[in-house]
Amino acid sequence: MTSHHSYTEVMARKGEILHKSSGIDYSRFERGTLAFAYEEMMQSAAYSLEETRRIQKATGVGDTPLLELQRLTALARSLAPAGKGARIFIKDEAANPSGSFKARRAALSVYEARKRGYKGVMAATSGNYGAAVASQAAMRGLDCIIVQEVFDSKGRGQPEIIEKSRACEAYGAEVIQLSVGPELFYVFLRLLEETGFFNASLYTPFGIAGVETLGWELVEQTRRLTGREPDVVVVTHAGGGNVTGTARGLRQAGCQAQVIGASIDLTGLHMASDRDFNRKSFTTGHTGFGLPFAVWPDRADVPRNAARPLRYLDRYVTVTQGEAFYITEALAVLEGLERGPAGNTSLAAAFALAQTLDREQIIVVQETEYTGAGKHPHAQLTFARENGIEVKRGDPRTGVPGKSIVIPEHPGQIRVVELELDQIRHSYFKNALARAGAGNLSGEDLDFLAEETRWDRSRVEKEISLMKGGTIDGTGSGR
Amino acid sequence: MQEIASLQGQDNSGEYAHKDDWVEIWQEILTSGERAPQIPSDTQAVPLEMRVRGFLLEERAQAGEKVRIKTRIGREVKGRLVDLSPSYAHSFGRPQLELLQIREEMRTLLRDQ
Ligand SMILES: Cc1ncc(COP(=O)(O)O)c(C=O)c1O
Repeated sequence: MTSHHSYTEVMARKGEILHKSSGIDYSRFERGTLAFAYEEMMQSAAYSLEETRRIQKATGVGDTPLLELQRLTALARSLAPAGKGARIFIKDEAANPSGSFKARRAALSVYEARKRGYKGVMAATSGNYGAAVASQAAMRGLDCIIVQEVFDSKGRGQPEIIEKSRACEAYGAEVIQLSVGPELFYVFLRLLEETGFFNASLYTPFGIAGVETLGWELVEQTRRLTGREPDVVVVTHAGGGNVTGTARGLRQAGCQAQVIGASIDLTGLHMASDRDFNRKSFTTGHTGFGLPFAVWPDRADVPRNAARPLRYLDRYVTVTQGEAFYITEALAVLEGLERGPAGNTSLAAAFALAQTLDREQIIVVQETEYTGAGKHPHAQLTFARENGIEVKRGDPRTGVPGKSIVIPEHPGQIRVVELELDQIRHSYFKNALARAGAGNLSGEDLDFLAEETRWDRSRVEKEISLMKGGTIDGTGSGR
Repeated sequence: MQEIASLQGQDNSGEYAHKDDWVEIWQEILTSGERAPQIPSDTQAVPLEMRVRGFLLEERAQAGEKVRIKTRIGREVKGRLVDLSPSYAHSFGRPQLELLQIREEMRTLLRDQ
């Protein structure tokens, strides 16, 4: 490898490579030390809801069915106190061309790439997004490369990710399979530079605006089917695009539903660890992505992440791997829907949350995804056992990520664990202040922090001074 | 020569691939010493590896040899030949009793209401 392509050299060219491959000049939106004009970025760089719907329709994306889960609702009611047990609905996003809501995100990016004359598109993703980009690229006649983290140092691939390699290949993409490690980004940058392809990042305004139609549709459908507004929308949360886009869509439909993020609890497993890589049974929708992206969204593969989950989350809860497996089975045998895994994280949470809501209320699980070889619970549990994970039935809370998976013995054992959003906001603050250094924060920066955390300005100022152990320099200046 | 298995554990020893066959190649991207400083020590200790599939450009090659391929989108990539017929062997796994028991339990709960 020539030094021109060495790790340090390529990483040093990161800004330039990303700029060329996104077609977005992010510097236009920069404001203070920390602040950037988020809404302006969303409005000027992406498309309106109507345009997005039109672009998605052209490739068969969206307008997926909203289904009422009557038997799961009945089961939840049988466990709930009298008068409790909200109606549970699910949006069957598996009906999208590539089998998940990710088709919505890919649709806009690939459309944009084509419009701007790029020959091909690339995405760094081990998830459903790869298949989504590959499928959309096939429809629009572009070349596609997907870069995935697939196997550990022993050459053992995660079955769910291998399935996604297969799907990408089926749609005609070139698939780069890598071993464990965040230097995937380096390989990605090198390839962007070599090919001059469009970076169909999950985190551009296109990647987020594409999800807004999901939120908008589910409100329209709930109104049509029930004559009511959804009271709660539960969203499987990882990188934050699902929460952000869905919530923005809800608002555009004039819906005030509570937005609850749900992730699989993977506490204790390190996402960049070669050893831990194959000790988890869920490759997304887990806290290993959900927390880092909430406390610092701008770790993404674009200068400014359009997914900003803390702006939209009303609550953030976790469930265990065992609970998600249980509810996946329940969805298949009670409702006749073989789906998952990722969407079933929010379904497990919704099943527990429904029992705390009134019977007339409506809780919407905003997605399903296609299942198949590798993704299926039997495949994952077989793989878990091969990797030394104990699988048994019992109280799911006794499961330890990376050591054991405990499948409930009774649906009444399915519970959500609340993560304190204020604590997550504190971590966000710490990260923000670490970036800003000792430099002055302008009034614009403080307003930005207030928007990011949904704390009011005086709370922001108080938190900062507590954290810095002093007063803030430059407050009110720079406006 | 270092032995590198195919991802599907295929044994390719002694066999030849021919021009335009669909094969898998392997490349070391970063040695263990070149890895990013922030990653955990177990990952630091191993190289970053890459596998890519494509059509063989050489007339004839054996597993382990350095070859060039043309990918699905026509890109040329070099690496060591590791799989002469890369397949997908992921499956639905073995039946898991812990899941198979659930239907009957739930139906009983629904009936007893
Ligand atoms: C099916 C499915 N649901 C949910 C998620 C989580 O979405 P996000 O990463 O935007 O939070 C993903 C992607 O990681 C996914 O593929």
